[in-house]
Amino acid sequence: MRGLDVDYMIGLVPIILGYVPKTLAMASVAMVLALILAVLLAIVRVLKLPVVDQAVALFISFFRGTPLLVQLFLFYYGLPQLLPTLSKIDGVTAAIIGLTLHFSAYMAESIRAAIMGVDRSQWEASESIGMTRAQMLRRIILPQAARIAAPTLMNYYIDVIKSTSLAFTLGVTEMMGAAQKEAAGSFLYLEAFLVVAVIYWLLVEAFSFLQRRLETRMNRAFAR
Amino acid sequence: MSTDCHITIQGLTKTFGANTVLNAIDLALEPGERVAIIGPSGTGKSTLLRCLNFLDRPDAGLITIGDHRVDAAHASRAEILALRRRTGFVFQNYALFANKTARQNITEGLITVRGWSRDRAEERADQVLASIGLTDKADSYPASLSGGQQQRVGIGRAMAMDADLLLFDEPTSALDPEWVGEVLDLIRQVADGRQTMLIVTHEMQFAREIADRVIFMEGGRIVEQGPPAQIFDAPQDDRTRAFLRRVTGNG
Repeated sequence: MRGLDVDYMIGLVPIILGYVPKTLAMASVAMVLALILAVLLAIVRVLKLPVVDQAVALFISFFRGTPLLVQLFLFYYGLPQLLPTLSKIDGVTAAIIGLTLHFSAYMAESIRAAIMGVDRSQWEASESIGMTRAQMLRRIILPQAARIAAPTLMNYYIDVIKSTSLAFTLGVTEMMGAAQKEAAGSFLYLEAFLVVAVIYWLLVEAFSFLQRRLETRMNRAFAR
Repeated sequence: MSTDCHITIQGLTKTFGANTVLNAIDLALEPGERVAIIGPSGTGKSTLLRCLNFLDRPDAGLITIGDHRVDAAHASRAEILALRRRTGFVFQNYALFANKTARQNITEGLITVRGWSRDRAEERADQVLASIGLTDKADSYPASLSGGQQQRVGIGRAMAMDADLLLFDEPTSALDPEWVGEVLDLIRQVADGRQTMLIVTHEMQFAREIADRVIFMEGGRIVEQGPPAQIFDAPQDDRTRAFLRRVTGNG
């Protein structure tokens, strides 16, 4: 047993904090792309569009059924062997693509459930005045589904933030990658990983706080 | 507009599984005619209305509104949309857009479906809100309106579209008794404007008052129809008599 090297840890904090923007940027870009993709996938599933629906079901099944780490390795190390043009992809891009596809599969199911959770009367009322399906979705159904799905989707964002740590396995220096490098130099693994763990934790707690504030505000808009 | 638009329904049929809910219904409405449909529950009254709006898709039949004819068995998506745009629907459970204010509920169809400018649609919505007596609730969301107010907005939403035919599906059945009066008053007001309408209702006194013609339906068929006085005071068919005895508690 040895004591924690507190001075080392304090010195490490600003170094790891310096990578917070990169982690958040990766998470945010992946989240936005995943959200857009998830909405499209969910719509295909809800409308049961022929053929595409089966393809989407397969996509969702695969990306929910395999580990994110395996998917990242498949994209970064595996695919370039099949398509040499992909070898130009850097680790950050590969990580963002992997996170996007992986989380879009999960979020598509949440959004689909939220769309199904919108009262049937809302579809019928939109139909009765002669809206097209696209108009119904855009104007009436999706805004209401967004309210239902919002808490779950915000939890996925937290998940995405934490999952960016896997990008270090693709050679990306983000928070986890930085901690790993520092630890490799100093051999103070416990200190380095403890610091990075606490920073992730505080980050997530800060975001959870914002999330609760946001939910209270959204519920004020039109209670039902 | 509804002033010179003839409506005919021929052979309208709808089955749910082995159950024939509408059995080759034939019906014609004169421009401005107000028709009330009465009958026991589960005899296809609501389904008839829902089929005319394609909320339920009929299996067969011809629906003609003015110069627009739809063959139910082969209706294309465009034909269905065009039919819906000529018919307004008032729901039993109001079915207001939960994410829209009272005014937006009325402007929504005008802007999205009719392609009106926002200014023009809002001007029309404010007229409608005044005529349904809810000017002060223009910016309220449905959740903060009473059942009666919600249904009045529901009627206003249908009115604003200037449909050739308004369909009222038991518009007061879901209301607390205290709100029934104000909704019936509003429907009476719409009826006074000689709006062509089909109304499914359990309010017999109301049907007698506003309808030009009353239809008694049972088992997916029109059993008997005629002026209110004839149907209510001198019904010809045993089934009509039995029904009226049950609902009025005398006879």
